Parts: sequence; C-alpha cells; structure tokens
Amino acid sequence: MLSRVFEFFIIGPIHSCHPLTEPSMKFAIALYSPAHAASSRRALLFAQAVLCGGHDIVRLFFYQDGVHSTSANVVTPQDELDVPALWRDFVSDNRLDGVVCIAAGLRRGVLNQEEAERYSRPAANLPAPWDLSGLGQLHDAVQAADRLICFGGP
Amino acid sequence: MPKSLLIISRQSPWSGPSAREALDIALAGGAFDLPLGMLFLDDGVLQLLPSQSAKALQQKDLTANLQALSMFGVEELFACRTSLAERGMTSTELSVEPLQIVSDQDIAALIDRYDQVITI
Repeated sequence: MLSRVFEFFIIGPIHSCHPLTEPSMKFAIALYSPAHAASSRRALLFAQAVLCGGHDIVRLFFYQDGVHSTSANVVTPQDELDVPALWRDFVSDNRLDGVVCIAAGLRRGVLNQEEAERYSRPAANLPAPWDLSGLGQLHDAVQAADRLICFGGP
Repeated sequence: MPKSLLIISRQSPWSGPSAREALDIALAGGAFDLPLGMLFLDDGVLQLLPSQSAKALQQKDLTANLQALSMFGVEELFACRTSLAERGMTSTELSVEPLQIVSDQDIAALIDRYDQVITI
C-alpha cells in the first residue's frame, strides 16, 4: 500500500504541471546509476517532467549500473519506492523507447530471453517493454535529440 | 550535419568498468563515423599512463584500445592540464596520441563547442 503512496507522490506532479510556452524539445536520457541511487529517482522525476512539459523523449538509454533499474528481478521492500517498477510503467504507459545496453547488461546479469538462451543462463530478467541493444542506439539518440541529459555519472 | 559528442572520461582505469565503458562509447561512435571528442579529466588522466600492469590486477589492458581511437576516427583527444599536474604527471610520458593538453578555460570552451556531452 505504501508503495502506492510513494507512486502517487512521484506521479502526482504530472497532473498538476502546465506545459511550457516555449517550443517543445526532444530529449535523450541516459542513466548510469542503479535503482537505489538518488540519481535514478531524479532521472525518473526529470523524465516525467519532460513529458509533462509537453516535450518528447526520443529514447531512454540504460548504461553501466543503470541496467539494474530494468531488471524484473529486483524486489523492493514494500515501504520503499519501487524504482524499477516505476521505470517499467513509465516506459509502457507512455510507449517510450527504453533501451538497455547489451554489453553493460550481459556484464551485470541483465538478460532477455534470447541472451539467456544464447549463454545458457537459467533465467531471463528483461521482459517488455525493454529492448536490449547496442551502443549505436545511444549515438542514434544523441543525433536525434536536441538535448542529451545524463544521470548517475561521476 | 551530424551532431558532435564530447565524451568526458573521469575514472581511473582500474576503479571499475567506467574507463572501459567510456571508451566503448567512443569506439562505437567512431565506427559510425560520428564527430567525437574525448576528454580525460580528473582520475581519467591515469588511463594515459604507459606501462600499466593490468595483468597484476587480472584485468585487460586498455592502452591498446586507447591507441586505437585515432584509427577509429576519434582524433580529438584531450587531457586536462590541471588533472595531470595534480597527479604529478607530465605530458611527455603519456601513451596516447595525438593528445591535446587543455587548460580549465579550454575545457569550458570545448564543452560549449560540442553539441552534446557525456560524462562517465
């Protein structure tokens, strides 16, 4: 139940915000930190604010420890914010392009069904809406976006 | 006209996968012929020291990959003068070239000149 309260707190501002009067912009968002890092919560709030301001997110790219935020196997205590679930819902509900770096994911055990089978691993933990792909997708997003915003770097 | 990207690498070579993962972004972009620059800043300049004993740490040496950057078309390589000085390093002993040693002011101009910036 408590996680619902937190979710409302996070999602809340979307309903109360007002689209900007400036022309809309295209954002690419890259995340490097795991779900439990403060920067991951900030990234989520920023992403929500981007849409709420009437702007577009051309792609969310999860790199380095950011790939942990997409794992379906993260179990968050009930009274804590379930950041991986919030990301998953955010990407699904808004039909966004959520890409997980395949090299970073493999290194950290974040695998979709295809990779789990390829490397004979007992489980996959990357169902839809996530897409496991290469660094070319980051460069493609950099080209398509007016702004690249990174979270969780040094 | 493709957008230019400056990759700022701030981690030492053996503190974790960050140095390699910053380098991977550069190599991937180079393969797409994109206008890229790479700036070694803070502990990132330690990646430029020759004679790293990667084997002693049971790690792979990144030096060959760094030296391959220019072959991949990433020729705008920069190292922060302040970061080198803070670590007692001189520009003559570095393993990567061509390398431009830049001041703090130059770095501000660099970040301004590139369309997008990634820091890892």
